[in-house]
Order: sequence, then structure tokens, then C-alpha cells
Amino acid sequence: MTTNTEKPLKKVCIICSKGTIEDVYATLIMANGAVMEGIEAKVFFTFFGLDAITKKQMNRLKTATVGNPAMRAPGGLPFPTILGILPGVEAGVSAMMKSQMEKLDVPPVDEFLEMITAGGGEIYACKMAMDMFKLEKKDLWEEVKDVLTVGEFYAMCGGENTQIIFT
Amino acid sequence: MVDPSQWTREIAAEMAGEDGIVLTDKHYEVLEFLRASHSKGETLTIRKVGKSGIVDIKGLYQLFPGGPLKFSSKYAGIPKPASCV
Repeated sequence: MTTNTEKPLKKVCIICSKGTIEDVYATLIMANGAVMEGIEAKVFFTFFGLDAITKKQMNRLKTATVGNPAMRAPGGLPFPTILGILPGVEAGVSAMMKSQMEKLDVPPVDEFLEMITAGGGEIYACKMAMDMFKLEKKDLWEEVKDVLTVGEFYAMCGGENTQIIFT
Repeated sequence: MVDPSQWTREIAAEMAGEDGIVLTDKHYEVLEFLRASHSKGETLTIRKVGKSGIVDIKGLYQLFPGGPLKFSSKYAGIPKPASCV
């Protein structure tokens, strides 16, 4: 029998730069999955990812229905991009995505973030993207721990067996 | 544990003790909830436990530090839930 010399992961630093349902949920699932396993998690939201922690937008995320070749209609039928531009299609597809996730007990964004912070995960916002989008701390979800520069975020990503994940 | 029906409170206490956790009544309430849900064939998630009315998610982390669902399901003598939430 070979001895397992791998050292278990201790900390993940996740950077979320996109604001679609699937990009944000990939981040939230990885962060929550980490704290549930006793792995420290720090999440940095930047650029369009800021929507996930902006009070006005966090529960109104959408899936892009244009330019997504992996998106198919129910039953696996093709979903031509030209359909994606029709009014209401993006809203309909996004609502369907959310209802499918709810069936798997995946919560809405605000509740999901609460689950992560309940487990000790920390949520941060990018200062530069906030300036760019003219956002202030008061526009953000209350439990956002701080607004940071990238250097300040990196300073938190030290330590043994730490990984940075970019989504 | 191979057979969940062999579970007793004493076995749970012993397993938890090995991890340095002393089980209280609150812990047992969670374990009983997990066992009941598992026997009904439900897929357990941390969110379900949080909505059980027994303990909120923060409280669950305090009861089972470093693995709220992992450790609680282990002490409850049920398989680790195959869920990402």
C-alpha cells in the first residue's frame, strides 16, 4: 500500500469576475463546499461578479441566452442563438435555471452567501471595480466584510496549502 | 458504520469523542433528524438541517466544527450525503 503524502487543502481564495447565474453559483458552491469541509474560504467579487453582492442585483442574476452553445432546450433540442435575442427568453431561461436549482436545494444568492458566512467564509468586494461601477459600500450586501485592493486580497491568500481559484 | 440500524447513542458518543466532541442533547436532536431524513430516503443538505427548526446553519457549525454535515452524518451512522450543498 502506498502512503498518501498529499497535504489536505487548508484555504481557498476564490475570485468571481462574472455575473451570470452559472458563474456566480460556481463560486458560491465552491466556497460553501469548502467551509463545509472545514476549509477556510475567502471570496473576492470583482467586475460583473459584483452583481452577486450588490443588494439591487443579487437575486436578479441571469443566464446569457446568446452565444452559449452548451445551452439546449429541454429534451436536449438545439437552442439557436437567434431565439436567445427575443424579449423574455433570457428571463424565462433564467427562471428555469433557478427553479431547477431550487429543486436540488440550492438556495437563492443572498441565502447562499449567508450559509457561507455562517460557516466562517468571508466575502470581499474589489475596490477598483466598485469605483468603476460607481458603487458604494452601502450598495453592497450587509455582510460583505470589506472592500479591498487586489494587493490586500493577495495578502490574505498566504499560508500553506492555499489555492487561488478564478471563475 | 456498515449498518445504520446498529446505531446507538453510545456509539455516536464514542465516535464524536474520538474527534474531541462531547455530544449534548442538541447534538442528538440533529443526529435523530438526520437518521429520520435518511430513512425516508431524502437527500440531505446543510440547508435542510438549517430549516429543520432544530438549529440554524451557524449553530450547526458550532455543534460540529469543521464539518457540519460530514461529522454529523458520521455520528448519525448514515452515509455522508452525496450533495454539494
